Amino acid sequence: MSDTQSPEPKGAIAKFLAASPDSVGKTIFVAVAVCLVASMVVSAAAVSLRPVQEANALKDKQVNVLQVAGVYEPGINVTEAFAAFEPHVLELTSGDFVDDQFDPATFDDLAAASDPDLSVALDDDPAGIGRQAKYRVIYLLRDDAGDLDKVILPLHGYGLWSTLYGFIALENNGNDIFGLQFYQHGETPGLGAEVDNPRWKALWNGKKLRDDAGDLRITVAKSQPAAGADFYVDALAGATLTSVGVDNLVKFWMGDAGYGPFLAKLQAGEF
Amino acid sequence: MSQTKKELLVDPLVDNNPITLQVLGICSALAVTSSLQVAFVMALAVTFVTGFASMFISMLRNQIPGSIRIIVQMVIIASLVILVDQILKAYAFQISKTLSVFVGLIITNCIVMGRAEAFAMKNPPMASFIDGVGNGLGYGLILLLVGFIRELFGSGSLFGVTILQTVNNGGWYVPNGLLLLPPSAFFVIGLLIWAFRTWKPNQVEEREYKIQQVEAH
Repeated sequence: MSDTQSPEPKGAIAKFLAASPDSVGKTIFVAVAVCLVASMVVSAAAVSLRPVQEANALKDKQVNVLQVAGVYEPGINVTEAFAAFEPHVLELTSGDFVDDQFDPATFDDLAAASDPDLSVALDDDPAGIGRQAKYRVIYLLRDDAGDLDKVILPLHGYGLWSTLYGFIALENNGNDIFGLQFYQHGETPGLGAEVDNPRWKALWNGKKLRDDAGDLRITVAKSQPAAGADFYVDALAGATLTSVGVDNLVKFWMGDAGYGPFLAKLQAGEF
Repeated sequence: MSQTKKELLVDPLVDNNPITLQVLGICSALAVTSSLQVAFVMALAVTFVTGFASMFISMLRNQIPGSIRIIVQMVIIASLVILVDQILKAYAFQISKTLSVFVGLIITNCIVMGRAEAFAMKNPPMASFIDGVGNGLGYGLILLLVGFIRELFGSGSLFGVTILQTVNNGGWYVPNGLLLLPPSAFFVIGLLIWAFRTWKPNQVEEREYKIQQVEAH
């Protein structure tokens, strides 16, 4: 060190600073001080930026609902366009709306999944989500005449590295898929993250969930299964485990443990 | 240190580039260069972190105990990376989603640690800051070069603006799908290293082994 130092440091602080950094006391002091300062900087940033981040996440979610329903264009007023969607809180087991118990605008179904009163632990858990909320917020989109046009259902499940959160949009018959889109995931960029690729998402359009006998046939696979092209989405190249995850989570949420009861009522024309 | 401030800033761009000469920071260079926009934000983030991490570490260099110096450096670097990550999430949400884990992985980027340990621990704060920024820019330069090639020939666009109309969108250009996959960055970086060393032959390393010529008796 070529720094010029006064030969006789004065005062306790100056003495401490001039002491050898390798003494035990100083080592502990530096470790604690650096950690304290660093944690204050990090937590200050996290706390002060949280409102902006949450607003971003909310807007992003709304944009995704619009996109999966095919009404999003760049530059539109997201809040205004989102107002056309009718949110409902759905009880999964019965397939009925319980809007009188929960407010659809504020009910947080993902937080509910970790609340013992509002969720169930899954024994058979192909989607890898651990606990499933009993209630989910879904969106109905009606045409100008007031007839049901599309339903938008949230779904999530584990891929390779992360839980994928997304929406599926179904036509009013509750069987034809209009689109599938994930709004949050941590899959490998360039490989699993290709679930965001518009060309792959376009593959979902027009596929069917169930065959005429009512069996759930939709599948994501590397080659077309016997059930036929109507029920088959080509898996992502180079992202086998992400594709398997998507396959599992779509089957789970569209099955009896997921939206099955609701979809049956939808097909019966109850909404 | 006899290097002037300008040398500290300019040297890492070509003559002592962290990617092409030192071959550090390759992992993120593979992952974030499929589009220029993402590569650009990543380059800015790394430049910010290397610059300020080197500066803060240099300020503390006389106080950091030798036995825990790597940990202290990591704490400073990690705090800066989290700061960058939080700011991106707040003000560039879409890009932070694309960068996903790679912002967090700046912590493990060898360039940042390398500059902290090799330069900032021995030099005053201002020189360390400039050295860090220079190395971040050197990293960013390669990122942008690789991103330029990969985005132009992989998706026919630059910064998301279509340059070569692709067949899928009714044009004539058949994009090279390999360039969108991470391994292609190996080829591009390899070719860049070759180009740099042909241009500046003094970057070529001495061979570790040479076949000996033995004279016949």
